[in-house]
Amino acid sequence: MTTRTTAPPRQAAASDGTGQHRPSRTLKGERTAAAWMISPALVLFILFLIIPIVLAFGLAFTNTRLISPRPGEFVGLDNFAYLFTDPVFWASVRNTFAFALVVVPVQAGSALLLALLVNAKVRGTNFFRTVYFLPVVTSMVVVSLLWRFMYEKDGLINQFLGRVTGGAYDPIDWLNDPVWALPAIMFMSIWQGVAFHMVIWLAGLQTIPAELYEASEIDGANKLQQFRYVTWPGLRQTATLILVTITIASFSLFTQIAVMTQGGPLDSTTTVVYQAVRTGYQQLQTGLASAISLVFFAMVLVISGIQRYLTRERS
Amino acid sequence: MTATEALVLPDVDTPDRATRSRPPARRRVGITVVRGALAVFFALPIVFMLISSLKPDLQIFADLGSWRALAPVGDVSLDNYTGVFDRVPFWQFLLNSVVISCATVVLGVLINSMAAFALSRLRWRGRGFVLTVILATLIVPFETLALPLLWWVNKLPALEADGFSLAFTQGWLNTYHVQIVPFIANAFSVYLFYQFFSSIPRELDEAARVDGAGWFTIYSRIVMPLSGPAIATVSILTFLPAWNSYLWPLMVIQSEELRPVMVGLQYFFQLNVSWGQVMAYSSLITVPVVALFIAFQRSFINSIASSGVKG
Amino acid sequence: MSRKIGRIVAASLATLAVAATAGCVAGGGSGDGAGSSSTIELWTHAGGNEAELGVITTIVEDFNASQDEYTVEVTDFPQDAYNDAVVAAATAGDLPCIVDIDGPNVANWAWAGYIQPLGLPEETYDGQLPGTLGVIDDEVYAYGFFDVALAMFSRESTLNDAGVRIPTVDDPWTGDEFDEALAKIDGLGRYDQAVDFGTGGGGEWIPYAYSPLLQSFGGDLIDRSTFETADGALNGPEALEWAQWFRGLVDSGYMAQTSGEDATADFVNGTSGILYTGNWADATVRDAFDDAVVLPPPNFGDGPKIGAGSWQWGLTTGCDEVDGARAYLEFAHDTKYFVEYGEATGLIPATLDAAEEIPAFAEGGDSRIYLELANQFAVVRPETAAYPFISSVFQKATQDILSGGDPQAILDKAVSDIDRDIEQNGGYTF
Repeated sequence: MTTRTTAPPRQAAASDGTGQHRPSRTLKGERTAAAWMISPALVLFILFLIIPIVLAFGLAFTNTRLISPRPGEFVGLDNFAYLFTDPVFWASVRNTFAFALVVVPVQAGSALLLALLVNAKVRGTNFFRTVYFLPVVTSMVVVSLLWRFMYEKDGLINQFLGRVTGGAYDPIDWLNDPVWALPAIMFMSIWQGVAFHMVIWLAGLQTIPAELYEASEIDGANKLQQFRYVTWPGLRQTATLILVTITIASFSLFTQIAVMTQGGPLDSTTTVVYQAVRTGYQQLQTGLASAISLVFFAMVLVISGIQRYLTRERS
Repeated sequence: MTATEALVLPDVDTPDRATRSRPPARRRVGITVVRGALAVFFALPIVFMLISSLKPDLQIFADLGSWRALAPVGDVSLDNYTGVFDRVPFWQFLLNSVVISCATVVLGVLINSMAAFALSRLRWRGRGFVLTVILATLIVPFETLALPLLWWVNKLPALEADGFSLAFTQGWLNTYHVQIVPFIANAFSVYLFYQFFSSIPRELDEAARVDGAGWFTIYSRIVMPLSGPAIATVSILTFLPAWNSYLWPLMVIQSEELRPVMVGLQYFFQLNVSWGQVMAYSSLITVPVVALFIAFQRSFINSIASSGVKG
Repeated sequence: MSRKIGRIVAASLATLAVAATAGCVAGGGSGDGAGSSSTIELWTHAGGNEAELGVITTIVEDFNASQDEYTVEVTDFPQDAYNDAVVAAATAGDLPCIVDIDGPNVANWAWAGYIQPLGLPEETYDGQLPGTLGVIDDEVYAYGFFDVALAMFSRESTLNDAGVRIPTVDDPWTGDEFDEALAKIDGLGRYDQAVDFGTGGGGEWIPYAYSPLLQSFGGDLIDRSTFETADGALNGPEALEWAQWFRGLVDSGYMAQTSGEDATADFVNGTSGILYTGNWADATVRDAFDDAVVLPPPNFGDGPKIGAGSWQWGLTTGCDEVDGARAYLEFAHDTKYFVEYGEATGLIPATLDAAEEIPAFAEGGDSRIYLELANQFAVVRPETAAYPFISSVFQKATQDILSGGDPQAILDKAVSDIDRDIEQNGGYTF
């Protein structure tokens, strides 16, 4: 985060400096244009993002309730003190990280494999691309319901595994087993989202000039070398984009949990956003829920800072 | 071995690559088999949904644990669909979702791309600060802000046409725009456009400047036409959540005439859940989105190749 | 240098600020014009439930036709969305005059100031099942047209083959008898599960269905003598016994830790030998089996218990037309509408007068047993404003217990959470 925070202003200052050599009319025109173009978005951001965030920030230090005749009172850090001693909250943090740590690389990687597979020049590309994309366009609520059916102990998945292994497989009660519930949700989430990232990878693949492949073929590179030296370097920017997208989706994990497990069994699938929603809407503790949200903001800021640092453009 | 090779060989439908040979026949078969297996994997749950939508509730559960769940066998009919249309004003919900989603997408693409253009192409003081703030809000799940936002939109004024006179009313509840306006500006869309614009060579701007083009012309005539993939990505990323929005309309919409499709799904969860109708309704609301993707997928994926812009 | 940007941004913000102020002024100034007929808004959870919505529409049309001072307007929401819509509207200060309320929420909404006492004459409620009235401090805040009852369903053939006595309302199974029955049904080898308690359900189903079992063991969700603490009630020896028994059913293989999506469908399809659910399943079960039997829940020591309190009608605090709303609520409280509700929904009519007019619920009728169960065994969920919180905690605790967690630790944690909440809310005193 820090690199980002400081770098652009310096850049802006530098261009201001060089601006002195240009006709000032141009620069003025540039500023006017910039102001007109950024204002609509800025106003909307302030109204519908910044102000609610500030409100949430304020609420986190009160004991405001969703339904109550008593006005909220300032309670200082009480909400945070409670959170940090609450084992369920810690379980949520652990699960959220575990989910992101597995899903981000696996989903990004499988999406790339899918993209390469779909990109191969074989008939039916459009058809397969569309079929793979079906889960993406299906609502997550609906998808979660469907998988809840399939994960049942004598549901389709166990039937299939039993058939494949010739009965050697001892059926797992996926969503009721504290060990397997989270992996089951990870699997289903990847299934749902992977095709979207496949499409982003595909778009990235198209930006790689064909001449580079031809040149490498002339140089006698094999397919693996081609991937290593031509394809991968050409996908750097796409990779950053995909990592950020999946990270966002993983940290916001909520719908699947709410529909499939409600955080159970034994807190093995509860997540931070799920806890925030449960605390805020079901338990009506607006203040405490805001505190959870605030911790969540802080958490993702640190993560995205690290991620931006790791994927920064080296120049 | 061949599979790995197939995987690492990118092959694109661009004219200048048409000269390159297709994979040999044996590998083509291999690739198609793998693709087919994956297609089954991705489609099965959706097939399960479609098939179940044709069955009575009790049979759905009787068939659940066998191949029958995926086959249109037994008492198959369109009863669930007629049930859905009897029960909810489906076309009204559909129209609402189309209006809301499309308005959000169009305005979102316009406003976020302009902002990104100003951030990536123009020099002005405060740019770095604004960019930092926008990036910092990249990961804010809507669920955590819904309550403050609800309280806040209820304080906002609205201009209402009453015959020929305009009047201000307080509160945005129960309107179309409360489902649209808060979701137009989107940090992630700005970020996407910003990233993409940065990859478009600046020389193009310079040349246009020399020709006397203004910044708006550069934005609308040069940069945007080159940004097909970014526009497509942002459109999908804006459209899907708008189409699937549930929590927010629940909080801000009271009249049935303004409800979107996902709220409609709840009509089927009564004391006795009509699972067949749930499946039918889910299928009905998924179809338009799939159609949309099929319609746009070519331009989505191929536009960059034809635009002549290379990483 | 960037003054221009500043000016534009400032101008946009200023415009908005002015607009906002203007809006507030306009909003504050605009009052309801006194028309010839004033509108009374009514919200219901019955969206998508044609039977119930049909009755509501009939009542409203009759009322509107009966006088010309007021016009009642119905807005319906799907059930799962309804509570959120009301809370959102209350937050925004935008509640309608008349709302329907799920029974256990009455106290919370009254405490929050959403609803006020109905103020109808006492005798209005003569002969009404106690579970269908929302009473707090001797004031009626809401009344309902119907109630639902929990019961167990099975087949005569199943019970006979297993050699199990068929219990009656007057002579229900004891806890031991029930366990023995499960063992015998399990021994038939006919079913995946001897009993299906609907453990796949979530949300309010859990306290509605399982807190009566807890109460039959002698525990409770809260100490009802003070409503100040759950200590002793939810974590005492009786509660622990309940928890161990409930999880024990999973361990012994008599019950699924999480049953299927639709327990009734599974029962009809022959997955389970006994089904524990509400009387809304009655028609489905009787359609499927000629020898279906309805059984009272077992007596685990403190007598059989079932939940009570379904949807009820209340009057909001912010209502401008209190007299009109009262007139409507009094008009609607008419035996003929109770009968219509009962006939349309198949649920238990809330007054004995209405029950006599519906053949199924009259003496000797097929559904009479539900009325008896509701009349004899019903226990309302605690009438305290803390209920939504207690419900949420109990849901998690029950799921954790069924998942095999340490019952004493889970119950102790639930008690400390509930007590903390009550204390933070100043005891939820009015």
